[in-house]
Amino acid sequence: MSQELLAVFTEVLTEEFGVPEDEIAAEATFEALGLDSLDVVELTLVLEEKVGVKLEDEELEDVRTVQDAIDKVEEKQA
Amino acid sequence: MTDVVVTGIGILSPSGRGLDAAWAGALSGRTAAARDELLAEMGTPVQISCRVPAFDPDAELGRGAARRLDRFTHLAVIAAREAIAHAGLSEAGEERITYVDADRTGVMMGSGIGGAETWAEEYPRYLDKGPGRVSPMFVPKMLSNPAAGTIAIRSGARGPNMTVNTACAAGASAIHLGRDLLRAGAADVILAGGVEAGVTGLSVSAFAQMGALTKNPDPATASRPFDVARDGFVIGEGAAVLVLETAEHAAGRGATPLAVVAGAGASADAHHATAPPEDGGGARLAMQRALADADVDPTVVGHLNAHGTSTPLNDAAEGRALRAVFGDHTDRIAVSSTKGVTGHTLGAAGAIEAVFSIQALREGRVPPTANLVDQDPEIDLDVVAGAPREVTLQAVMSTSMGFGGQNAALVFTPA
Repeated sequence: MSQELLAVFTEVLTEEFGVPEDEIAAEATFEALGLDSLDVVELTLVLEEKVGVKLEDEELEDVRTVQDAIDKVEEKQA
Repeated sequence: MTDVVVTGIGILSPSGRGLDAAWAGALSGRTAAARDELLAEMGTPVQISCRVPAFDPDAELGRGAARRLDRFTHLAVIAAREAIAHAGLSEAGEERITYVDADRTGVMMGSGIGGAETWAEEYPRYLDKGPGRVSPMFVPKMLSNPAAGTIAIRSGARGPNMTVNTACAAGASAIHLGRDLLRAGAADVILAGGVEAGVTGLSVSAFAQMGALTKNPDPATASRPFDVARDGFVIGEGAAVLVLETAEHAAGRGATPLAVVAGAGASADAHHATAPPEDGGGARLAMQRALADADVDPTVVGHLNAHGTSTPLNDAAEGRALRAVFGDHTDRIAVSSTKGVTGHTLGAAGAIEAVFSIQALREGRVPPTANLVDQDPEIDLDVVAGAPREVTLQAVMSTSMGFGGQNAALVFTPA
């Protein structure tokens, strides 16, 4: 599941946010990928369309890395 | 009074990108109007426009940045970068201002609409998918001030940073107010200009509904200021940014002034939401104020870059206003409307036309008014048509009139 979600994140980050694919890794922080807090909110909107799960503002508070976000999505999917 | 000079120009116009290309396009008298595929897809009532030459926002603005900004900010950033380079405010190729005090460098931009494309894209998303899907980027993209804000973010300019909206006079108003900030001592350098990217299905439909756009379906002949067959404007987009600084500051750093911003005048028609008064009374006041401000005799003005939108009402009123200001000297003013080439770039027009006015002054060449074949007999002006005219110029004027009856006039003299 985690691999599938990573693939979704990779697709969204490359296509919607212009992040080079080779920089994207589970442990990469959104900050390092060039996304600020507004970008992360935007990312959650795109993700909702792709995976049907919306991360709310308060759930994003301790999200730093792609893996953090994947974990939150999996938690909500469970 | 402190002299304020222009030391750099950046321009992204339907007539070309960069000062040389944009000016060559204006001199060519070849209209930039073309069939607009995006408008055609949307089935808008009018499907021609004057777009700037195509560019890749990702390549120009960098990864991710383009996506966060509306198209009008893209245009402004590109024009500002060129202006900064032209004025030598930074090392070649660098966007950050390093050769003057960035804390004393301000930005004054004019825009009539702001993030038009962002509105057009986001509102359907809100309706289709609900409030929870509205992009958090909507506000910082669609406001009218992020052009000025983003120029500061990218250049490091931390002086006064403002946006002025006088609709289609906004670019000229920005140069006026930027000059005044310098005179007031609020900054050493001001990047002043105008920008618009409002060619959307919604705005084109609305301008068409109000009868402002030409119904002529032939792009080659659609924008024809002062011609008897004119029937509305062609919508355009673009940006121009001028580097203004006090003459003393420019001299202190060894910059070469291109022109002096000698006079600026502003007025309101106090008349109607969209139509000018028949006698162009508000425009007349703006011109008279600009001449008084410049402290030049009206008879030294040898060229006027008119607002000349190619609408029946504007061009006729403008002709009357000019004659009221200049009397018999009107016959000795070489008048052009470069909107025959560029279309009406709305909030950018005043700045783009300030650039063309300055170029005319520097080179002693007045651009022709495209598509002027049969001048309206009601318009008693010497309008240059066909080819550029060589004229020795001591002073030039550019006029701009915005919806709401907001008028601006600028006078430039040689540096």
